[in-house]
Amino acid sequence: MAERVALDGGTPPGTEIASLTMPPITRHTLALYCGASGDHNPIHVDIDFAKRAGFPDVFAHGMLVMAYLGNLLTHIAPVERHRSFSTRFQAITQLGDAITCTATLQSIGEQDGVPVATLALTARNQTGEVKLAGDAVVALAEGDDR
Amino acid sequence: MVNRSHIGLELKPSEHVVEAGRLRFLARATGQDDPVFANAEAARGAGYPAIPAPPTLGFCLEMDRDEPLDFLGQLGIDLGKLLHAEQRFDYRAPIFAGDTIRFTSRVADVYEKKGGALVFATIEREARKADGTLALTATTTLVVRNG
Repeated sequence: MAERVALDGGTPPGTEIASLTMPPITRHTLALYCGASGDHNPIHVDIDFAKRAGFPDVFAHGMLVMAYLGNLLTHIAPVERHRSFSTRFQAITQLGDAITCTATLQSIGEQDGVPVATLALTARNQTGEVKLAGDAVVALAEGDDR
Repeated sequence: MVNRSHIGLELKPSEHVVEAGRLRFLARATGQDDPVFANAEAARGAGYPAIPAPPTLGFCLEMDRDEPLDFLGQLGIDLGKLLHAEQRFDYRAPIFAGDTIRFTSRVADVYEKKGGALVFATIEREARKADGTLALTATTTLVVRNG
């Protein structure tokens, strides 16, 4: 489920540009991401290891949720227009969390002579708790800087 | 215990071929529904030479080397006490399936908060293509919970 509005030089700051809700995270989600990402840290897939480390259960890779935000970013602009992408991991994403990613326009500016948009990004779970917060800079499409 | 003498430490460099099958698996595992990230034909249809890397591949790819977490031992960090605090990517040139990417990494900063209860380590990585073009820099901040 992705929704988006047009992003160009005339879009007012504060506008929600796009949002995306991912299915609830299961153990299977974490197993697939473990293999596909190359992040084999057992804390995300081995409950015995997680318990020994003092956690009640396994929990999601922060980078899985960042990848969800990345999905949103690719819906807004193709990869060749991405300039930067940054997040803080604010809270642990738990099993069963359904993550909603949102991008809000912060400002329109210029970087290396190219018009760019700075987007505020958040990933929240189903109760609205912020898991990741960050920002991204994307170049506007040619002709979109009016 | 992490100590500030590690600042500037160069970590083991590594080199990786970006494989189309891996990008397809990653697209499926992350719920990326744009076929451009999984299907070479869709990628070419969008004007790309091959499947493009998704925005966070720069982190994943580096994890493919032998003993990807060996630097934790070098820094004296226990894996069970480690959490990811921040991640940043600065993009210079898109990466595509078939590219060979070489990473060089260094410890950029080490600092404490809450009187040493939390120790942060920032690692900066450069990813370059075979011809030396800078594809991206990746900045990872890890936090270690002490006690």
